[in-house]
Amino acid sequence: MRPASPSGGIAPVVELRDVTCGYGERVVLRDVNLQVNRGEVLGLMGTSGGGKTTVLRLIGRQIEAMSGQVFFEGVDVTTLGREALFEARRRMGMLFQFGALFTDLSVFDNVAFPLREHTDLGEELIRDLVLMKLNAVGLRGARDLMPSEVSGGMARRVALARAIALDPELMLYDEPFAGLDPISMGVAARLIRELNDALGITSIVVSHDVEETFAISDRIAFIANGSVVAQGTPQQMRESTNPLVRQFVDAQPDGPVRFHYPAASAAADFKVDA
Amino acid sequence: MSWWRPSDVGFATRVKLADIGRAARLFTRLCALFLAALRRARLLVDQVHFLGNHSLAIITVSGLFVGFVLGLQGYYTLQRYGSAEALGLLVALSLVRELGPVVTALLFAGRAGTSLTAEIGLMKAGEQLAAMEMMAVDPVQRVLAPRFWGGVVAMPLLAAVFSAVGILGGWLVGVVLIGVDSGSFWSQMQNGVDVFKDVGNGVVKSLVFGFTVTFVALLQGYECQPTPEGVSRATTRTVVIASLAVLGLDFVLTAMMFSV
Repeated sequence: MRPASPSGGIAPVVELRDVTCGYGERVVLRDVNLQVNRGEVLGLMGTSGGGKTTVLRLIGRQIEAMSGQVFFEGVDVTTLGREALFEARRRMGMLFQFGALFTDLSVFDNVAFPLREHTDLGEELIRDLVLMKLNAVGLRGARDLMPSEVSGGMARRVALARAIALDPELMLYDEPFAGLDPISMGVAARLIRELNDALGITSIVVSHDVEETFAISDRIAFIANGSVVAQGTPQQMRESTNPLVRQFVDAQPDGPVRFHYPAASAAADFKVDA
Repeated sequence: MSWWRPSDVGFATRVKLADIGRAARLFTRLCALFLAALRRARLLVDQVHFLGNHSLAIITVSGLFVGFVLGLQGYYTLQRYGSAEALGLLVALSLVRELGPVVTALLFAGRAGTSLTAEIGLMKAGEQLAAMEMMAVDPVQRVLAPRFWGGVVAMPLLAAVFSAVGILGGWLVGVVLIGVDSGSFWSQMQNGVDVFKDVGNGVVKSLVFGFTVTFVALLQGYECQPTPEGVSRATTRTVVIASLAVLGLDFVLTAMMFSV
């Protein structure tokens, strides 16, 4: 029952159609159209506060769109009832910016949490599954630690193991590299790519880290001023002439994205004659 | 300062009404989740333990001292009319009808309510509640409901402990220290305290306070701004709102229960 995709090929896993969304009066995304194809890693880039994370929240419907449709596996999640929405969320995994581990549960219990909530598996089987997931992120030995005892990079890997516990079809990563040291960053990037290919899933990585994201993504989409301004392969983005993409890739302080927050003219503020 | 425009008044009213509506919806959902909370007995028992057992120290010590004071003050007043042997009755009625439920609720708001608010608020700030939602687990059912019913169960039990220890305190001061006749102390109490009218109504009061304090604490945590100052403000609001609600409700309940 999937609607045929405009490209005529296999239907995209996620599709945003003319989505407008915001918080209160402030519109963050305006008429956004975006497709995520099966099996790819899509890098979603843009300035901080530009609406990247909002796209992730829309897909899991943690916020409501003002207008437009958000399709996940051909189903418009904006119209789903509570049960159906929870059913759809079970097929998604989300890695939050700082992991969002349950601080009152051990590493093991954190990863076991979705299994215990959603399945009737026995403790033996849950133990095996949890250790397999932890092994996949290299933290089998950390199972008995509490979240307060692991580093930021480890916490995110634990959260990753928890997010893949129910074998999702789609993984959403919210700033997976923010605040990590170079080693942890490399580990995280490799894990995202490897998990995507090994599990045959689709991934969306929200990040503003150009190097790491370009290295692992099949496709990049740039979001600025509430809309998708450019998309293509990392190579195409590197060669792009779009001034905003250029500013971002070359890390220029001033350009289409202004260095100065909008203000009265400097002359007026400093009370000097122009 | 400029004058409020009518539109501002309208907006503020709408925001307030929406707040009340959200609170009412959360309250009905929590009440409806009673059976669900029972099914996850493990979580419920953990919360009764956490909210109840961990409040026992402050409740017993406070109960004892309130009992001491009641014994002293009651004796001074009663002996003026030559009826010091009614001390047992006075201590028991004061505790069972009023001080047990009310003081326990106030202490419970400070001891357990604040920790509930801070816990839920920090879970929200750390995106733990959002993460749970994305795992298709309803935080209201998984996190809030066991705490709500845990608080409702713990409160009458704590109030009972408070009253019992308080009566013991009154006995220690009145009988052991001052020398009121032990036999009349207990027999007056036995004759004068009615199981349903006094003890029963006290239990109803503490149940109502249990609903009130726990709900206020959970609501403040759940609705707080997920920032350090947001959590700290919510924690303060929990104590203020819960205490005022308890005192206000106590007057209403007393008027309804003990009117002749």
